Amino acid sequence: MKRFLIAAGFFTALISIWELLVRRGIWSPYVMPAPSEVGRYLISAVQDRTLFDSSAVTLKRLMLGYLFSLIVGVPLGLLNARFQSVRDTVGLLGLGLQTLPSVCWAPLALLWFGQTESAMFFIVIMGSLWSIMLATAEGVRNVPPIYARAARTMGSRGLHTWLTVILPASLPFIVSGMKQGWAFAWRSLMAAEIYITILTGFGLGHLLHYGRELQAMDTVMGIMLVIVGIGLLADKIMFSPFERFLHRRWGTGRV
Amino acid sequence: MNPSETIPSEPPAKLNITGVSKTFVSPTQTVHALDNVSLTVREGEFICLVGPSGCGKSTLLNIIAGLDFPDAGSVSSDGKRIKGPGIDRLVMFQESALFPWLDVLGNVLFGLKLKPGLDKKERADVARFYLKLVGLERFSRASVHELSGGMKQRVALARSLAPNPRVLLMDEPFAALDAMTREQLYGDIQRIWQERRKTIVFVTHNVREAVCLGDRVVLFSPNPGRIREQFKIDLPRPRDINSVELAVYSTDITRSLKEVLRPDVKEVAE
Repeated sequence: MKRFLIAAGFFTALISIWELLVRRGIWSPYVMPAPSEVGRYLISAVQDRTLFDSSAVTLKRLMLGYLFSLIVGVPLGLLNARFQSVRDTVGLLGLGLQTLPSVCWAPLALLWFGQTESAMFFIVIMGSLWSIMLATAEGVRNVPPIYARAARTMGSRGLHTWLTVILPASLPFIVSGMKQGWAFAWRSLMAAEIYITILTGFGLGHLLHYGRELQAMDTVMGIMLVIVGIGLLADKIMFSPFERFLHRRWGTGRV
Repeated sequence: MNPSETIPSEPPAKLNITGVSKTFVSPTQTVHALDNVSLTVREGEFICLVGPSGCGKSTLLNIIAGLDFPDAGSVSSDGKRIKGPGIDRLVMFQESALFPWLDVLGNVLFGLKLKPGLDKKERADVARFYLKLVGLERFSRASVHELSGGMKQRVALARSLAPNPRVLLMDEPFAALDAMTREQLYGDIQRIWQERRKTIVFVTHNVREAVCLGDRVVLFSPNPGRIREQFKIDLPRPRDINSVELAVYSTDITRSLKEVLRPDVKEVAE
């Protein structure tokens, strides 16, 4: 309760000062719309369903790309840790591509896939796949060898050892890789949506883009808030349960 | 409750170690961990391997476990040559090596799930039985990190006992524990060994511990690792590590150990 009050007080103060600065004319409403203006836009966007539809389009793209990255990235990471030849090839490729902001793929993606969902899908995957793969590989390499030895003496072999020992033992690394992958995917998609106009669906990035074109800063601000909100929510819904499990089992997270 | 009535114990196995040699080569050095070592361990015998660090006692244990392979010689369990790890020979490691992603019960169940012929309920019963045997049945849902060092090693003991191995290999399992906890565990392990009848190979560098637990103490010397001397311990059980009779034996063995160390004193064994 005390934590809630502190947080509520902080944000109320922040918004009040912002509102006051605009109303007193210190900040121009064209450059920095008042929170009440942003709120009004958000309410109207909810009422005419644009906000809901765009969020759905964006989240669908994000989820599809991210799930694909997970399904491919984790096994790739395991192969990476297991086989030197994979590490020297796909691993090196991934390490290189991870440093490339995935919006850099936008021009090529447009050329290859046209103004389609596939272009978005591709950009999201390029953003998240590599960090998930690398984190998994790193996790496996950090598993104390004694776990696998103990498992072997108890009769575990090959795939069983990988699935019941190596994989769960690397979970702390995999989850942090998943979080990083999620953040990268989210950023990539927003950049791509602002950069590329796609005819098959109007995402949050597009709304933001048109807000800029129309000089409607309340739209820009409102969409930014929604993007932040979705990011927070995703963190709480998707990763918090994992992290709570990890902290409980490993006894970490308490400093 | 008499455990042997509830859960049948498989007969302990006899180990034959013949002419085993093992050399580790690394870029910086070559270590002759074992040089032509031969040893026979009777069915149900509690044997302790003692010696300074680097005398090959742990290497021999790993070879019996099937985790390592000798360069020469052979090791067999009940006449069958050991070719790899097997659930008939379980290892209890120096660190508990418990799996942090599983709770206490899950850890004990791990080996049981790999043993054919048990259904889910039987597995759970066996796991609970062994947790009770080590006095931790109340902690079956606890996470590993919530346990003290001594409790962890108790869980590790339950985990190694649960699949009912015929041979139990223990690699300095109590080295990281405080004296009080260790003494409790000496009592536990002797009681469990008598109740469950296992062949136990116990590696330690602590002479008193070896005398307290072993029917026989085998003293190793390093560089190259060889068996130096063997001592039969004729003391009634359960033994108390602080008893005078025990001290007589350990003084004897410690004297021999010092001779082993004399040529180049590198590490002082306890």
